[in-house]
Amino acid sequence: MSGSDALVSTALTLPVVIPLLTAIAVLFAGERRLAQTAVSLVGAVANLAGAVWILALVMEHGIIVSQLGEWPAPFGISWAADRLSAVMLLLAAIVGGTGAMFSIAALEGREKLERFLPLLQLMIAGMGGFFVTADVFNFYVWFELILVASFGLMVLGGRRQELEGAIKYFALNILGSMLLLTTIAILYAMAGTLNFADLSRRLEGLERPHLVTAVGAIALIAMGIKSAAFPLFFWLPASYHAPSIAVTAIFGGVLTKVGIYGLVRLLTIVFPQGDGYLRQVILIAGGLTMVSGVLGAVAQRDLRRLLSFHIVSQIGYMLIAIGFDTTAGLRAAVLFILHIVVTKTALFFVSGVVERASGSFDLEAVGGLYSRRPAIAFLFIVPALSLAGIPPFSGFVGKLAVIQAGIGAEQYALVTTAVIVGLLTLYSMAKVWTLAFWSPERAIREVRASPTNAPRRVPALLWGPALLLVAGSVLIGFLAGPISSFASLTAEQLLDRAGYSEIFFPDALEEAGATP
Amino acid sequence: METVMPILVGGLVAAGLYLMLRRNALAIFVGLVILSHGVNLAIFTAGGLRGEPPIRDEPHAESLVVADPLAQAMILTSIVIGLGVQSFALILVYSLVRSADTYDLDLVRETEPGQPAGAGRPGG
Repeated sequence: MSGSDALVSTALTLPVVIPLLTAIAVLFAGERRLAQTAVSLVGAVANLAGAVWILALVMEHGIIVSQLGEWPAPFGISWAADRLSAVMLLLAAIVGGTGAMFSIAALEGREKLERFLPLLQLMIAGMGGFFVTADVFNFYVWFELILVASFGLMVLGGRRQELEGAIKYFALNILGSMLLLTTIAILYAMAGTLNFADLSRRLEGLERPHLVTAVGAIALIAMGIKSAAFPLFFWLPASYHAPSIAVTAIFGGVLTKVGIYGLVRLLTIVFPQGDGYLRQVILIAGGLTMVSGVLGAVAQRDLRRLLSFHIVSQIGYMLIAIGFDTTAGLRAAVLFILHIVVTKTALFFVSGVVERASGSFDLEAVGGLYSRRPAIAFLFIVPALSLAGIPPFSGFVGKLAVIQAGIGAEQYALVTTAVIVGLLTLYSMAKVWTLAFWSPERAIREVRASPTNAPRRVPALLWGPALLLVAGSVLIGFLAGPISSFASLTAEQLLDRAGYSEIFFPDALEEAGATP
Repeated sequence: METVMPILVGGLVAAGLYLMLRRNALAIFVGLVILSHGVNLAIFTAGGLRGEPPIRDEPHAESLVVADPLAQAMILTSIVIGLGVQSFALILVYSLVRSADTYDLDLVRETEPGQPAGAGRPGG
């Protein structure tokens, strides 16, 4: 695979360029609803096409690399996509595209659509860059772009609740960024390079493996904050329910998984060696994340808060899958990310539909929606069962893979925890179903003073994206065979570090390169 | 320099973290600024603390030791990003303080369930 292939370079820039162009175009659309919709739709389709193209290239050629400005590998900035990057790009394109459509129908009042859409596109562009970069400093810069765009999205309405959620979100995430920057500074001081593959080679040659573990621990805390792992998750349930449901859906669907992606990337390429200490920490943190998230969810009455706690709980599954440190574990993590991004976004979209149809996010105020709107009940129950891990939906595929990997790694305590957390998830979903959908209608009258709007008609742009993602969740369940063989190949590719280095440094000539 | 820089970086990071742990919203902002200065100096130290300026007028002699320009490029980037983030933080703190009418974040808990607006505020 020639690294400077013009076609490959073009493909790799698309996930950044398309959303940036869409952001500019949507600014020109001004306040015209139809133009905004058209531009967002075109941008979403183009971005999806770009992601599919990269996926096709990666499946055909293996890892694809582009050197910006034709500077050779350790000196210039490299962009590369492997199977994991391609999957994440695809997921970001799906959530970004459907999210833009959903928000056009969902945003009203103080959240101005003409401010929301450009910020959303900037966030998607940030993710595009984050998933294809092969350089640690670039990694930080793209993450910061995602964060800054997300800050803007979070305070868009300017209500006190949003500002308050935003300051919790902001303080913790900025601390995470500072830790990531510190990691990069120390890595650079140790290895004198920023390229992932080059770092991997040089760190291996160092005499002090414990120093590498210590830096890895700082990186782990940074990524732990961003992916909402125990005990660093509390900013998430405190802030995610505050902004508009469109913002919550996009954040909840994809933002924390960006942290998980970063963790996988750093652990497989930059910090693979070490004495297994980091893995132990990740396993324990993952177990506690699962438990604390689901216990928090069980206590909630507000649909958005409940789903936010489930985000935390599901992050735990991915963490333990990564911590198993086996091919099966990484395969499970990939399957789980695929499942959770689609399912979680679908659930948040559906909760937006529920709010529109019933006038409230409060479970008891929603009461009895099944008798009034059976179609919405159906839209909810499919991703809810999927989240709980009931076959044949996507959640079953993800959870089964995690549990199989756990048995393979002989982590029986964590496997038991995962099963119990699955049951509690089912309990929590059953509670939503009973209170919001099955309970008799009179419950509405008994609700204490919670802000309730009048029930309204649900426009197609609101339920359309929800239906699309629900269908996606079912599809992942039915296509489990091909998808899990894809995930196996992804895991093998992630663990093949020699192969990764070879893409960047095809011959050992670079060994003569200057060592600082 | 090699002994001064780590102490300076450590002191700035410690002061920044201490301020970020306070309840006062403005202290969190100042803490963020100081913390990011500490981290930027850490990058500066990572590049090595000796050498001539890398951009020069005259062609340089063979044995000349040149400072690492990459570390300086990184600090420059992170200072610029930091400026943007800090201005956002300042406006966020300002809007929050104006709408909540207090600097004490412990009294601002509208996002917690079961806490009606302003419940924790002394005197109603």
